[in-house]
Amino acid sequence: MNAIERRSFLQALAGLGLSFAMPALEPRAAERRGRARQKSLITLWMSGGPSQLETWDPHPGTEIGGPTKAIKTRTRGLEIAEHFPRVAEQIDALSVVRSLVSKEGDHERGTYMMKTGFRPETTLVHPSLGSILVHEAPNPQLEIPQHVSLGESQWPSRGGYFGAQYDAFKVFDPGRGLHNMQAPVESDRQATRLKNLDVVSKAFQQGRRLQSERTLHQHTLEAALKMMRSDQLVAFDLKDEAKATLAAYGDTNFGRGCLVARRLIEKGVRAVEVTLNGFDTHGNNFEGHKTQAAILDPAFSALLIDLKERQLLDSTVVLCVGEFGRTPKINPLDGRDHWPTGFSCVIGGGGLRGGLVLGETDPTGQKAEPSQPIPVQNLFATVLKTLGVDFTKELITPIGRPMIFSQGQPIAELLTM
Amino acid sequence: MDGVRFVAARPAEAHDLVSLGFAMKLRTVVIPALVVAAVFAAVVGAARSTVRTHRNAPAVDASDSIRTAAGQIDDWFATRWRREGIEPAAPADELQVLRRLSLSLHGTVPSLEEIRQFEADTGPDRLMRWTQRMLLDTRFADYFSERLARGFVGVDTAPFLVFRRDRFKDWLAGRLRENAPYDQIVREIISTQGLWTGTPASNFVTSAVVENDVDENKLAGRSVRIFLGQRIDCAQCHNHPFSHWKQLQFEGLASFYGQTQVSLAGVEDKSSDKGEPIEYAVEDRMTLQPRTIEPAVPFHPEWLPAEGSRRERLAGWIVHPDNRRFERAIVNRMWAYLFGRPWHDPVDDIPDPTLDDDLLDIAGRDFRAHGCDLRRLILVLTSTRPFRMASVHPAGDADRFDQARREWAVFPMTRLRPEQVIGGMLQAASVQTINQQTHLLFRMIRFFREKNFVDEYGDLGVDELAEQTATITQALQRMNSQLSREIVQANPLNATGRIAAMAGSDDKCLEVCFLVALTRRPTDDEKEALLPQLAGKTKDERTNAVEDILWALFNTEEFSWQH
Repeated sequence: MNAIERRSFLQALAGLGLSFAMPALEPRAAERRGRARQKSLITLWMSGGPSQLETWDPHPGTEIGGPTKAIKTRTRGLEIAEHFPRVAEQIDALSVVRSLVSKEGDHERGTYMMKTGFRPETTLVHPSLGSILVHEAPNPQLEIPQHVSLGESQWPSRGGYFGAQYDAFKVFDPGRGLHNMQAPVESDRQATRLKNLDVVSKAFQQGRRLQSERTLHQHTLEAALKMMRSDQLVAFDLKDEAKATLAAYGDTNFGRGCLVARRLIEKGVRAVEVTLNGFDTHGNNFEGHKTQAAILDPAFSALLIDLKERQLLDSTVVLCVGEFGRTPKINPLDGRDHWPTGFSCVIGGGGLRGGLVLGETDPTGQKAEPSQPIPVQNLFATVLKTLGVDFTKELITPIGRPMIFSQGQPIAELLTM
Repeated sequence: MDGVRFVAARPAEAHDLVSLGFAMKLRTVVIPALVVAAVFAAVVGAARSTVRTHRNAPAVDASDSIRTAAGQIDDWFATRWRREGIEPAAPADELQVLRRLSLSLHGTVPSLEEIRQFEADTGPDRLMRWTQRMLLDTRFADYFSERLARGFVGVDTAPFLVFRRDRFKDWLAGRLRENAPYDQIVREIISTQGLWTGTPASNFVTSAVVENDVDENKLAGRSVRIFLGQRIDCAQCHNHPFSHWKQLQFEGLASFYGQTQVSLAGVEDKSSDKGEPIEYAVEDRMTLQPRTIEPAVPFHPEWLPAEGSRRERLAGWIVHPDNRRFERAIVNRMWAYLFGRPWHDPVDDIPDPTLDDDLLDIAGRDFRAHGCDLRRLILVLTSTRPFRMASVHPAGDADRFDQARREWAVFPMTRLRPEQVIGGMLQAASVQTINQQTHLLFRMIRFFREKNFVDEYGDLGVDELAEQTATITQALQRMNSQLSREIVQANPLNATGRIAAMAGSDDKCLEVCFLVALTRRPTDDEKEALLPQLAGKTKDERTNAVEDILWALFNTEEFSWQH
């Protein structure tokens, strides 16, 4: 039943006075707009570690600045790298943090830090930001996964100690629908197959009920079957999108990913990450970042315009960040290396304050520490608080150790509440 | 066109054009062709059987001694169950145990051919002899070397050029085929010198190369974690929060790798360079000055050999006959590979040995007494009561059941690894045993299919022994993927086609479906529900009915979980 059929069906039920047969009368959560809507999260993941100097924190005309020029933006006093003219027009809806500090300068460890808010440990895997949101505030009306990773990602967001059912559902080539969604046979044979499956499963579960409850096999099978039948699946497929919309986002894997992300959020998906690879510019940093910007600029700006037009930005936190920044010093290969102290992110939406610029890095590159340093943990506390999650909540992990959702403190300037 | 004139007038550029054309051809034609050739060669190499397959299960020479060792373990468990008032599960059906063995040792379900042979074997100690036969089968070395390699060097194939994981894995498979003593294997892994291609054990060191330098910390942490089952990695930065490891001890261990260098000549140990002694130094956190660290072990320095390179001495200390952590670590790991769950979880952070013997000590002592024989260890562990027990337990409430599960009074259900699922599906679809003797083309298809399926199913890498639940992606893949369609859809060569065409009566047909997929016969309820679907069906209709039954069997929890 598609949305319209469902609505007229419900109206028909109401007309017959059969209100007891109806689900709760409040409007479907996915149809709510503005601040009344349940909060979601879109992370634009800049894989490889983007250079703050070639994105949101340029220092033109200095020794460390390289050839990158700066342009003005709609945010008063904020200049960003020249390669982002479209984002410059939209960035006042969000804020820029220029002074993130972490201690992880390795790709895998940095990614872990920037996806979970914790340093890696050998005994425990922490849940990613998206999986905390899904764990704490699932959308019961959703028939497709609540947590989705779009694009090729080496380390997609994981559920950590919540378990694999909270891992992001991975779609490597977004926009072309999902594969493995069609049953291999016609519906009457599929019905026979499912009936057979039920018969054989029952035999096995005899005496193994408690074992079976732990495996989630039956649960995931039902979720998969529900998903195969769901009309929400269309969110994954861009074939009906207007050409102009597709063009605005850019005809790239990442551009399509951002558009699919918006469509998923609209259906009520809680957390989506879209990965853009290619920021690890140890050599040829400036050309590399120009190429990256040509993909990021249209996609990011189109996403912001779209979310605003659909009144989704007030309920959607948008975070654009990678595992770390890159060194102020330019190496002999014209590249920049890993730099986890004083790097940038763009953050906003979901009720966060926009139009701010927090922190400052040293234009001479001599001082590693930025002014007003913001530990990565604080970014996580900010996002969780904005999403309505009690970030001080402690859970007992499977190894019996209590663990808090975030060790940070919210960044007061960004909060409106 | 003026191409000719162009060539005549500008020979140098024409030459460039020719080479450009060649370069393009290289990219579009030659390289792919080379890749195909290389893969083909690799598969041919892999398919070439170096070992005779034992068709009939041999008599186990040491069966009495193995039974005695397993009996000691059983006694230990029985005492615990009695003390805790736990009722152990009933013994599992022997076919069920055969399936477990086949999945853990070969990564696949038993073939119909093997099931028939097993059932025809009426001699004593059938299961033990069949375990022995599986251990002698080259599929064991192939599969187990991959599992062990995950622990030893992880799953990454980086660092590129100096690390050859494939060589390491093949070398390990060879050592398993020769049944080399485990302490000897570990010595070679830790202390080998030479090139990563020619002496593949050296890849343990090169797997920890970071920007042309050996990462001593990584190697020290890994050595203790894998070979002694203790995590001291955190002592790299601070003292272990709840154990006794100190940062100084960690640095002392790292220093054993402090003279190890990697160059074009391979991995070597040098005590001096141009007359200057090579020392291992770290930056002191307080003074920020380099501080020289002498190699030192955290306990029992008397086990440390006086002679040899630093790495040889470390290896000698790790495998020293009195170092109980060594056998405890490998017993816990083997237990995990066989039961899907380590005896002590996590697999590589085991409590210190105490005066009280636990399971790891009992099995470990037997392992040491028999020359660190891995095959024997597997024979002993798989002959124990916990391994041969049902996964069904009478406990009705969750607390009682959890207790039984914790105390190994019921066989645990664990998610099969992706290649076990795929191996199982492919094996079930083939009736005959897929092994080294199988037709090359068949194995090549299997190689490619497995790889794609495993990538999408999700490989857990080094976390493979952590408890896992099912995922939606996996359910979709088993139900609807191209591979599952191909396997289920009947053709003259696969099981579906043959079962439909040749199994005979409806009863026999259903039985064969259950045997190939689930290694058991259908229950009465299942017969009652499923036989009518075959009744009176011929030709295409019958094929469809068989497909619909097999599809259901492949999608059960019973198929994709170890139980």
